Amino acid sequence: MIRTLALILTFQLAGEITSRGLGLPLPGPVVGLIALVLACILRPALAEAIRPTTTGLLSHLSLFFVPAGVGIVAHWDLLRDQGLGLAVALMGSTLLAIAAGAWAFTAVARLTGSEEREALRDQGRE
Amino acid sequence: MSDPVLIWSYLAQEPLLWLTATLLAYLGGDAVSRGLGRASWANPVLIAVILLAVLLGVTGTDYATYFEGAQFVHFMLGPATVALALPLYDNLPRVRRAALPMLAGLLAGSGVAVVSALLIARGFGIEGSVLASLAPKSTTAPVAIGIAEQLGGQPTLTAALVLLTGIFGAIVVTPLLNALKIRDWRARGFAVGVAAHGIGTARAFQVNATAGAFSGIGMGLNAVLTAIIAPVALRLMGG
Repeated sequence: MIRTLALILTFQLAGEITSRGLGLPLPGPVVGLIALVLACILRPALAEAIRPTTTGLLSHLSLFFVPAGVGIVAHWDLLRDQGLGLAVALMGSTLLAIAAGAWAFTAVARLTGSEEREALRDQGRE
Repeated sequence: MSDPVLIWSYLAQEPLLWLTATLLAYLGGDAVSRGLGRASWANPVLIAVILLAVLLGVTGTDYATYFEGAQFVHFMLGPATVALALPLYDNLPRVRRAALPMLAGLLAGSGVAVVSALLIARGFGIEGSVLASLAPKSTTAPVAIGIAEQLGGQPTLTAALVLLTGIFGAIVVTPLLNALKIRDWRARGFAVGVAAHGIGTARAFQVNATAGAFSGIGMGLNAVLTAIIAPVALRLMGG
């Protein structure tokens, strides 16, 4: 576990240095993510070595958003001032964006014949 | 026996209390979400945030004190983002096959997220720095704050809007895409990653591994595209 954490932190650090050094629009962790994918392609054994700890981290991805989420309360005054407009804009645009993204994805998948039977949601489940 | 006030004043200064409270609130939120069969409205982040907000209010603790303890959890956002490399690597052949659908989903989702948010807000008479803070709200928090700062927005307001967007997206994605009869897990995950970043991705992983992998990719790609789209859209709308 400590080996995997050290490895992940090293990739994050390298990503942070690259992102800031080159002035990339991507944050350090996203650069680290891309670098780690490349490292796994070069050395498939690496993917298996990091799997247990990585899977554990990702199964609790929600946890890591909690402290920032509590910050909403700290900024409540800011939000309340423009409350209605911000709420409608936020909810409306999120609904539209999810619908547009999913629709465009499936439409182009159908057009280009890149549909996957095994990626379909079972009817009646969940 | 020591004075309870002394014990409290000691605890209130230490990270231990709020770090523990954050983990317990999350476990509580996660247990409720699990108990309700991962019902979309029982979002674990939302439940934990409400529990902690009430606790902070009752104890008269300010956010800065809370964050002293919670920062250790907050820090893990970075490593968790790097960890998304593994599901991406596992799904690489499928990702390659889905390159064109992903490109379409990215352009549609990212463009609609920015443009519709600005149009609706403008309709309510919102302008200036608040409008600039809203533009990148579908992007992952560190990128969104960077974009908002460049556009003359308020970083703290942006952070709050990003979090609210993520929670809302994670709650509505399942009923919305069921109603639209979108059955492709790749499309469902990708769309929520583009529109609702990491919190949407956390939701996608709860529901389906394929959706989670594609959601992580959607989140990463949207971070890049929003950095390009948001300044142009804001300028066009006279923000």
